[in-house]
Amino acid sequence: MIAATLQRIGAVVVFLGRVLAQCAPALRRPRSVVHQIYNAGARSLIIIMLCGLFVGMVLGLQGFDLLQRFGSEDALGVAAALGLLKELGPVVTALLFAGRAGTALTSEIGLMRATDQLTAMEMMAVDPLRHVVAPRFLGGVIAMPLLVAVFNVIGLFGAQLIGVQLMGVDTGAFWSQMQSAVELDDVHEGIVKSVCFGIACSLVAVYEGYTAKPTAEGVGLATTRTVVVSSVLTLLLDYILTAAFLGR
Amino acid sequence: MKSQRSLELGTGLFVLLGFAALFFLTTQLPGSGVSIGGAGGYRVTARFDNIGDLKGGSPVSMAGVRIGRVESVAFDSGDYRAVVTLRIDPQYNRIPDDSDASIQTQGLLGGKYVGIGPGGSDSYLKDGSQIEFTQSAIVLESLVNKFFANFASKGSEGEKAQ
Repeated sequence: MIAATLQRIGAVVVFLGRVLAQCAPALRRPRSVVHQIYNAGARSLIIIMLCGLFVGMVLGLQGFDLLQRFGSEDALGVAAALGLLKELGPVVTALLFAGRAGTALTSEIGLMRATDQLTAMEMMAVDPLRHVVAPRFLGGVIAMPLLVAVFNVIGLFGAQLIGVQLMGVDTGAFWSQMQSAVELDDVHEGIVKSVCFGIACSLVAVYEGYTAKPTAEGVGLATTRTVVVSSVLTLLLDYILTAAFLGR
Repeated sequence: MKSQRSLELGTGLFVLLGFAALFFLTTQLPGSGVSIGGAGGYRVTARFDNIGDLKGGSPVSMAGVRIGRVESVAFDSGDYRAVVTLRIDPQYNRIPDDSDASIQTQGLLGGKYVGIGPGGSDSYLKDGSQIEFTQSAIVLESLVNKFFANFASKGSEGEKAQ
């Protein structure tokens, strides 16, 4: 059991190395990468924006309820901005990404494996890592930080909608306190997290698809595993990164 | 061919939106970015010895009601004081020109705001006037002093009443 887990982790790391080696050649054919950014990013945009809005609105409500007990509901902007930038934005986006784009990647590559398309490519001396896996991996890695940024901005406006329009926090206090309390480092922390989550989720998705058992059941299992492993990995990485940033 | 074009268009739109959001987060959130604009109204200046962490956009209130916003904060190197420009909403045009301005704190963790206390003059503040009587940001120690002074005076008032 332990040996199998270790072997799996090792296989993923080796796979990451092989994919990274193919990234530069894949970038020389930007059209396929653009296609994957569209699949992973643009097509996830609606769900990301919708969820961002609701997460922001919940933050506005909960933050207001908590802060008004201390008579400092004007700090709502700070609470919402820091909560979104540092934690909720990257994590929730990564979880949604795993469910929306990650599963699509896994089942697509897995089905290519099951229908012997990958084998056919190998037969023709076309490297499937370069032409299938690397563009999808890059597309996910590039799309994730942008999705997180969109999520954060929409979330902020969601919090503002509830806090200012509904609960009556002052607009000026909401924004000016946020601007004085949020540091550039906080924004950077969110960006670093989103890049790490993007690499982790995309890697898991393409790896599970690439190594899926070439049967209908195998592709189904691999898709499920993508969601489970990506989610756990995201939350684990989030803890490690948070600890690293706080320890600076 | 058409689908390829719409695909690239969609990707371009997405990337543009993403970078616009990133730009907003990095430039508008920290430091003084978006200014929440009160268009209209009139401007009044006030000079303070110490404004604490008052920022552009902070509220200006009178009797607890918001009547305007802090438009800008500047430093006068002539007399080493802070010059705060307040923009008062146009409907509040009957504020006596001998009113006083003080910098106060909202709640426990709240930010600073400018509180205006009414004076007794018959002429009113207008665009470009300056508030002469100002009180600086309250430091915690002076707040504690004030509390005890208040406490003591309340106690003596109570004795008088009895």
